Amino acid sequence: MRWVNRHIGRRQAFGLGAIPIGLLTIGYLVASAQRHAANPADKILPLPSAMGTAIWKMMQQPDVLSSNLVFWADTLASLQRLGLGLGIATLMALLVGLLLGVLPPVRAMFGPLVTGIAVIPPIALLPILFIALGLGETAKVALIVIGIAPVMVRDVAGHVGALPREQIVKAQTLGAGSWQIMLRVALPQALPRLLVALKLALGPAWVFLISAEAIASDVGLGYRIFLVRRYLAMDVIIPYVAWIALLAIVMDVALSKLSTRAFPWAHGAAH
Amino acid sequence: MSALLTLKDVWVEYGDRIVLEKVNLDVAAGSFVSVVGPSGAGKSTFLRVILGQEQATRGTITLDGAPLPPECGPDRGVVFQKYSVFPHLTVLGNVVFGLECTQAPLLARLFGARRKAAEAEASEMLEAVGLKDSMHLYPAQMSGGMQQRLAIAQALIKRPRILLLDEPFGALDPGIRADMHTLITRLWRQYELTVIMVTHDIREAFSLGTRVLALDKRRHDPHAPHRYGATAVYDLPLTKPAPVEPEAPVAQGAAA
Repeated sequence: MRWVNRHIGRRQAFGLGAIPIGLLTIGYLVASAQRHAANPADKILPLPSAMGTAIWKMMQQPDVLSSNLVFWADTLASLQRLGLGLGIATLMALLVGLLLGVLPPVRAMFGPLVTGIAVIPPIALLPILFIALGLGETAKVALIVIGIAPVMVRDVAGHVGALPREQIVKAQTLGAGSWQIMLRVALPQALPRLLVALKLALGPAWVFLISAEAIASDVGLGYRIFLVRRYLAMDVIIPYVAWIALLAIVMDVALSKLSTRAFPWAHGAAH
Repeated sequence: MSALLTLKDVWVEYGDRIVLEKVNLDVAAGSFVSVVGPSGAGKSTFLRVILGQEQATRGTITLDGAPLPPECGPDRGVVFQKYSVFPHLTVLGNVVFGLECTQAPLLARLFGARRKAAEAEASEMLEAVGLKDSMHLYPAQMSGGMQQRLAIAQALIKRPRILLLDEPFGALDPGIRADMHTLITRLWRQYELTVIMVTHDIREAFSLGTRVLALDKRRHDPHAPHRYGATAVYDLPLTKPAPVEPEAPVAQGAAA
């Protein structure tokens, strides 16, 4: 049977998906064991037990200086920044995207500006943000917003602008004006796309968060990774990276679930 | 009969391309005008101009004696071949939407007793098009024929002065098309509609219409084909038997 026609069942898919992950894990364990056999104090490829102990300590024992549970304080700080950044960017994308997508005069006036902002590499703006907003939370959240909002705005505006002209005409023959078309025709159809845009923005948002934290911060997942790098503390870095990956996956899955729940019509609603 | 819709010397040009030239037309209230013509003869442009989606370059169009405003409005209902219904609203929501727009300018949503009343009116209309049992489905869950029924109900709830149909049954298979012919004939009589329907199916044009209009170019310049536009080259009034009880399907839509 041709590969394009192979049907993969649920259990089979699970098994197949586990293979590369399993192989990578085994490969790591073997390499780690070999290095430890040569040098029991090796720091580059820590054994799972070492990583467990290190992270357990960070979860359980208060820090000497701040008396915080470091792991949880880092997670909370990072999620707060990320959440704020994603939230603000999402609202902006919805509002600006709708206006740009539905109203041609607004698109003509602000379209070029949005495009202009979108092509600036956000990291290049980081110094400006630090100078203008200080080294506090505002600059970090602002970096995330500036980094992901323009792309999301353009995505939503493009989607709304691509709604069939027939729908807009039909709405007008039903008595709707610009405002009502925006509220009842464009907004609901923009929402599922907004969730997709948000999902795709998660990756860049993490990048900007960690960059901002790496450069100027005193708490946060990115800050911690870059701090302990000085001591080659791979036993902390690897679990932290895994934890970030886990958080990102949970957010991604949650957004997908939310979309199918809230907008069944956008997902081929049970034929 | 007085003319409901009047086109006087209407021209439509895009740059130096002339699509319609010198279209003069009086449409009487209660008539069912079928518009036929070869592809590219400007049938759809003709419909869009009456709809208000496009503007005539020259000439005047009056509805009930008043010049048409330059944009679409609730006095002219429309059913397109596709994309006529809102995918994010249920069948009932699609029909209620028209009532909500006029009754709730700010939120375009009705609540409580007014919503009940609007839903009752909408479900009556849905019953008339045979969608009573599908009120809570989304358009994506329905067949093409059902979606067109919905689009018709949606347009009729506004009681438009004139109903414009742009190849409304073009994408449907023959059996369904025959059902839709019966439906639109019944609704036309029941609600005393004035209908303009663009179609490429000559049989459909003659079996449904009380008048058939053929759009085509009168002249053709082989070196500059775009310099002559189409106009009504044939205008055939049809005498139909007086409205009797709902008749059997008028014709098989399929090519004979």
